[in-house]
Amino acid sequence: MNFELIYNNFFIILSGLDETLELVIISLSLGFIIAIPFALARASSIKILSQSVYYYVFVIRGTPLLVQIYLIYYGLGTIQFVRESFLWFFLKDPFFCGVLALVINTVAYTAEIFRGGIQSVSKGQIESCKSLGMSRFIMYLKIILPCAFRQALPGYGNEMILMVKSTSLISLITIMEMTGLARNIMYKNYAPVEAFLAAGSIYLFLNFLVVQFIKFLEWKYNPHLRIKA
Amino acid sequence: MKKFILSIVALSLLCLATISNAKTIRIGTEGAYPPWNNLNSAGELEGAEIDFGNEACKRMGVDCEWVTQDWDGIIPALLNGKYDIIVAGMSITEERKEKVNFTDGYMTDGARFAVLKGSGLENMTIAGMDKVNLNGAGGKEQAAIGQLNAALQGKTVCVQSATIHQNYLEKHMAGVVEVKLYQSVDDTNLDLIAGRCDAILADVGSTIDYMATDVGANVAFTGPTFSGGVFGDGVGGAIRKEDTEILEMWNAVIAEMLADGSLSEITKQWFGRDISM
Amino acid sequence: MLRFDLLIFGDAGWGDELLISSFMTILVSLSSMGLGIFIAIFATWAKVSGNIFTRMVANFYTTVIRGIPELLVIYLIFFGGSASIMYVAKIFGYHGYIELNAFTMGTISIGLISAAYSTEVFRGAYSIVSKGQAEASHSLGLSKFHTFYKVLAPQILKHALPGLGNVWQITLKDTALVSVTGLVEIMRQSRIASNVSHSPLTFCLSAALLYLILTTFSSKVFNKLEDYSNRNNVTT
Repeated sequence: MNFELIYNNFFIILSGLDETLELVIISLSLGFIIAIPFALARASSIKILSQSVYYYVFVIRGTPLLVQIYLIYYGLGTIQFVRESFLWFFLKDPFFCGVLALVINTVAYTAEIFRGGIQSVSKGQIESCKSLGMSRFIMYLKIILPCAFRQALPGYGNEMILMVKSTSLISLITIMEMTGLARNIMYKNYAPVEAFLAAGSIYLFLNFLVVQFIKFLEWKYNPHLRIKA
Repeated sequence: MKKFILSIVALSLLCLATISNAKTIRIGTEGAYPPWNNLNSAGELEGAEIDFGNEACKRMGVDCEWVTQDWDGIIPALLNGKYDIIVAGMSITEERKEKVNFTDGYMTDGARFAVLKGSGLENMTIAGMDKVNLNGAGGKEQAAIGQLNAALQGKTVCVQSATIHQNYLEKHMAGVVEVKLYQSVDDTNLDLIAGRCDAILADVGSTIDYMATDVGANVAFTGPTFSGGVFGDGVGGAIRKEDTEILEMWNAVIAEMLADGSLSEITKQWFGRDISM
Repeated sequence: MLRFDLLIFGDAGWGDELLISSFMTILVSLSSMGLGIFIAIFATWAKVSGNIFTRMVANFYTTVIRGIPELLVIYLIFFGGSASIMYVAKIFGYHGYIELNAFTMGTISIGLISAAYSTEVFRGAYSIVSKGQAEASHSLGLSKFHTFYKVLAPQILKHALPGLGNVWQITLKDTALVSVTGLVEIMRQSRIASNVSHSPLTFCLSAALLYLILTTFSSKVFNKLEDYSNRNNVTT
């Protein structure tokens, strides 16, 4: 075990942290926002909305993220129609392709998590809203969605961790984030353990932060569950 | 259900260790680098190096077993004992010599930049030089490198990772171009056609093979053909440091095949020109 | 673009190779899942009934494996695995080469990942099975072994089934990441085919379709298993 190698490699890999964080933050934020209408559609009683989201989630959850990434980056790049359209301005950039793949993936999983949350809001709450004459919009905005988010927090925390780990696959489409840099080091020095330790510890730390963040949110938004001093 | 799980576990533990047989030589290759080594749609390996390896084994009187392995794991797999020699268009470099021994070179081909026709970068002549040998590089070679850097300033150049081509870009063009790394040569070709890369740097034989396909018809060379220096000294077989007898066997058969012209026949058949050492 | 002629069976097309690689995917997933459950049983036991030391080790294992990208775990085991095994073998006096073939490397890597998730599932299932069951069987004079084997384990398995179904889907999809070990499963075969034929669209879509078929079939099987295990549930 070459400690000097770990030390040097640590800073090389740390330089990829900004790419990783950009991927995570952009994908999670977009995914969160886009998942809400998807979850509502899935939980709604309109058959066609519910079924289409069901099939979307079914296909995305049934295929590996790597296949989706390759399909978007290499697959779309070979279609002449795509290359000549305005979409190509975006799809040309590997970072955009990576974010697109991650967002499509996280929307599918998050929509399911939010749907679970929405459907777990008790009937009593909904009936009280209706009896108070609330419009559907206000009911969702003020009662159902906040309740659903609270329920979804543990599941969503899990999804956030999965997203941090998924960014490592984006290294396979030329984005030099942490895993890409670690792999580069492994090729050059044949020192897998050192590179792995450096990269792995940073990922572990990131996930530790995510877990603490979720714990904080759970504490903040569940005042009724706090232990009274 | 439990018995099923248990038997699966037992089966997998049985596959845990197999000790290599000394009567067969296992050759590791990439299988994604035509015309050196390639997998065809029948699932068979074909290429100049496949013919070379099969002929060499015949002359050595041993059985040959070919194993494919992705390029990025090819040396570690050798060191792990997955095969005994690498025959995969691998150039002999000082950096690699630290980890493995190389046979004498059996083929050699230059490296050249390739671009899309109509990009304005094709067919550039740099410093009036057709070939640039970086061994003992003097002023002329440095001037050529400098001119090329000026021409490609700010462009995106794509290469396969863990190759001499990546080493050249990092050594001579750091900060001049944006370097993108890919898992295989065909990925760089795909992105060149897609317009994500302004140029690729790859082996001449491999690019000529791509230009012959219908998707690669729009690709053109540019600049001089490089060899030597960071590009190494020819293509050789990589062998573990402790396997000295295997090294001697292969060196003997390579010398024999070079002397009697069979290697140049093989390369002429696959490359259209003689690239034996 | 989309080239269906490349998918035919026989020498001119990649259809037969893709089919064989699907069987390889199934095989690797099954053995990884099996290995994973095997390891998970010990890890769960370490977590629930061990002393503080075993609990720490097991927690460290599941936290690290679940917190690090699968790709890095696979790289570590591939790039560093054989070397460590040979190092250990040298200690025992064996100086030859222990070749770990691609299948074994793939199984061990995915198996270790699968085990971490399975451990969490088993731990959750264990906590659902009420302590009263163990006490009741003890009061009936059943030995510790019988208590576990005949009373606790079937109930734990029943509660673990949905979670295990999830772990199976994860394992199945994680096999797409082992191409660095050289194992020819669906992802690697489709990459080889797309490299040779220069048509990634055809083969990425084929790979996606093959995985979809496998995951759909698996979820149907797990649904049947869950229905079977819940057949005696009292519905009031």
